[in-house]
Amino acid sequence: MTEHVLNAEGLNCPLPILKAKKALKSVPQGEILLVRSTDPGSVADFAAFCNQTGNELISSSTEGNIYKFEIKRS
Amino acid sequence: MLDNDSQGNLENAKSMSIIVTKGTLDWAYPPFILATTAAAMDINVTMFFTFYGLPLLNKNLDLKISTLGNPAMKMPMMGMHMAMPNIAPMIPGVDRLTTTMMKNLIKKKGVASIPELRDAAVDLDVRMIGCQMTMDLFEFDHKDMIEGIEIGGAATYMETAVKSDINLYI
Repeated sequence: MTEHVLNAEGLNCPLPILKAKKALKSVPQGEILLVRSTDPGSVADFAAFCNQTGNELISSSTEGNIYKFEIKRS
Repeated sequence: MLDNDSQGNLENAKSMSIIVTKGTLDWAYPPFILATTAAAMDINVTMFFTFYGLPLLNKNLDLKISTLGNPAMKMPMMGMHMAMPNIAPMIPGVDRLTTTMMKNLIKKKGVASIPELRDAAVDLDVRMIGCQMTMDLFEFDHKDMIEGIEIGGAATYMETAVKSDINLYI
């Protein structure tokens, strides 16, 4: 399984969400997209995005100034 | 309307319409941010551009901000926030200066530019309607505008609005 990674560091709202939406299109169903962001607002936003779109937020974590999200493509 | 990646659930698809009435650099943000984000969340979005919002459909965007009538506007400057009194835009060059300041902040903070957000809206199949009456009134030309937009009037908007879950006026 190839790793799908989106680096959204340095981008502000709503770019991390827009880029994630675009990136998910090339992720096969059931596989995971890993998103890295520096926007503190993206923590709430990725939860909302996944809720609405039905993609599964497997994990949401912080590492220093980096927010990491694992999104399973539905 | 929804993208063809089978992520959207057509039966339960939600929809939103936005009336876009303002065309300054700062006021162009709320409609484009909400439209692109909603579309990314599988919501069908229609934007209706009228009056001063209509030029946001022009191919060439040269957006400026005005400090006039923006009493709460404060810009970060030298570690503080500087207010923009309403007298400021009367001084030649002030709107150009504040526009430059705003554009620098946008870049520095990783905020998308308006052309970038508008391109994203096009990619996400946001439906954009230009107001016919405003085109006549202010003598705007369809051929100066981006491809793929529709031209319509109040009834065109209402037909969409009455079926939408969310209707915003910005």
